[in-house]
Amino acid sequence: MGIISRGFSGRSREHNPDLPPGQYLTEDFPVLSAGPTPNIDTADWEFSIRTEFGAVHSWSWDRLHELPIDDIDTDIHCVTRWSKFGTSWRGVSLDTLFADVDTSDEYVMAHSYGGYTTNVPLADLLDGKAWIAFEFDGEQLDPEHGGPARLLIPHLYFWKSAKWIRGLVMMDDDEPGFWEQNGYHTYGDPWLEQRYS
Amino acid sequence: MTDGIKPNVWKVGIVAETRTETASGRSILLDVPGWGGNIAGQHADVRLTAADGYTATRSYSVASAGPGDRVQLAVDRLPTGEVSPYLVDDLIVGDQLEIRGPLGGWFVWKPEIDGAEQTGPVQLIGGGSGIVPLVAMIRSHTASGSTAPFRLLYSVRTPDDAFFRTELTEPSRGLDVTWAYTRRAPDGWPRPAGRVTTADLEADAFPASLSPAVFVCGPTGFVETVANALVELGHDPSRIKTERFGGQ
Repeated sequence: MGIISRGFSGRSREHNPDLPPGQYLTEDFPVLSAGPTPNIDTADWEFSIRTEFGAVHSWSWDRLHELPIDDIDTDIHCVTRWSKFGTSWRGVSLDTLFADVDTSDEYVMAHSYGGYTTNVPLADLLDGKAWIAFEFDGEQLDPEHGGPARLLIPHLYFWKSAKWIRGLVMMDDDEPGFWEQNGYHTYGDPWLEQRYS
Repeated sequence: MTDGIKPNVWKVGIVAETRTETASGRSILLDVPGWGGNIAGQHADVRLTAADGYTATRSYSVASAGPGDRVQLAVDRLPTGEVSPYLVDDLIVGDQLEIRGPLGGWFVWKPEIDGAEQTGPVQLIGGGSGIVPLVAMIRSHTASGSTAPFRLLYSVRTPDDAFFRTELTEPSRGLDVTWAYTRRAPDGWPRPAGRVTTADLEADAFPASLSPAVFVCGPTGFVETVANALVELGHDPSRIKTERFGGQ
C-alpha cells in the first residue's frame, strides 16, 4: 500500500467489476484532442484500407452505408481516467470491411483527417471487436467526438479509437502512432493499465 | 528526458507550500525526491490513498518547469470531484502524497531543440485553470532568457478567478498578456465582459502570417471555439496544439 493520505476517504467504496483499475465513472462525454477539430463534408469523405501489395479498398460515405450496420452497446475507457458505461453506437464492423482484403501483415496504422495516427494489431480489429462508427446515442456523430466517422475499438483505451478516421494502412511491424510516440503505451489495454510507455 | 529519470514510477511528494489562487483553486508546491525536472507543459498523476487502501488517481498539469525536484501543481476544485476538493481544501504543508511523472510529450514548449534556440513566436491561449501548463511555458521562457516572442491571451470569469494573477500582471520581458473577462471586468476595462471571439483573436493574438506556435488549454467548449476561430483566421491547424479538460 502507498502513502496514506491523511483525512482522505474517497467517494466510492463499492468495487465495480466493470471499471478497469485506476478509472472513475463519468456521465459526461469528455473530449480529448491534440489539435483543432477538422471539418469534413461527407460528400468528400472516403475510408480506405491499403495493403502491403499496394491494393487500396475504399468506401464512399454512401457505399459504407450500404453495408450491414451493427448496433453496438459498450463501455469506453479513456486513458485520462474516465470511463463511461453503456454507450450506444452504430457502425460497420471491420470484419465486413476486411472481408475481401488480402494481407499477411499483422499490424495496422490508422490515419485520420487532420493527420492523427494510432497503431493497433490487426487481431484487435477483427472478430467483432472494432467498427467504423458514425452514430452515437441515436444521432450523427458530432465532429468533436470524431464525426463524421471514427474508429471504435472499445476494448482498448479510447485514444486507439481514432476520430475522423480516413484509412488503415497495413504494416509488417508495430510502429508507434501519434500518442504512442508521445509517451503512451503501444497497445493500451485498460484492464492491464497500459497507460504509458 | 535525461537518463535516470523514471516517469512511470510512483514517487513521494511532500507538501512544501500551498497558496490560495482563486475562490476555488490553489497552487501546491511539492518536494519530490527523484522527480528530476520536467519540460514546460507536461503533467503528473497524483494518487491519494485512504486508510483502508482505496486509491483515487487524477492527472494534473505541472505549473513549474526546468530541472530540480520541486514541482508546482495548481488545482481547481470541481464540486463533484473526488480528488480536487481534497487537494484544494484539506491538504496541508508537510502532508505526503504520491506523484508520477513527468508525463506527456506533445503539449510542451522547449527553449531549445537539439541545441538550437527556439526563436519563433508563441501564442498561448488559456481559459480558467487551463493557464497551468501555459504558465510553465512562460516560466521556462523567462528562466532560459529565450528571445522567442511570447503572447498570452487569458480568459477568466472575473479578476478574482485568475490563477497566478500577480505573476501575470507584471509579465517578464518578451511576454505580452491580454486579459479577457467573460463575466465581470475591472472598472474602466476597455473590453466589455464576454467570451473570447474571433475578433479578440484577430486583435490580440499573433497573426497567422507569422506562423506562431499556438497552445490552447481550457474547458472543452472554450478550446473548441478558440481552435475553430484560429483555423478560420488562417492559422495552420498543424501549428495549433490543444489540451482540453472535461469530466472530473
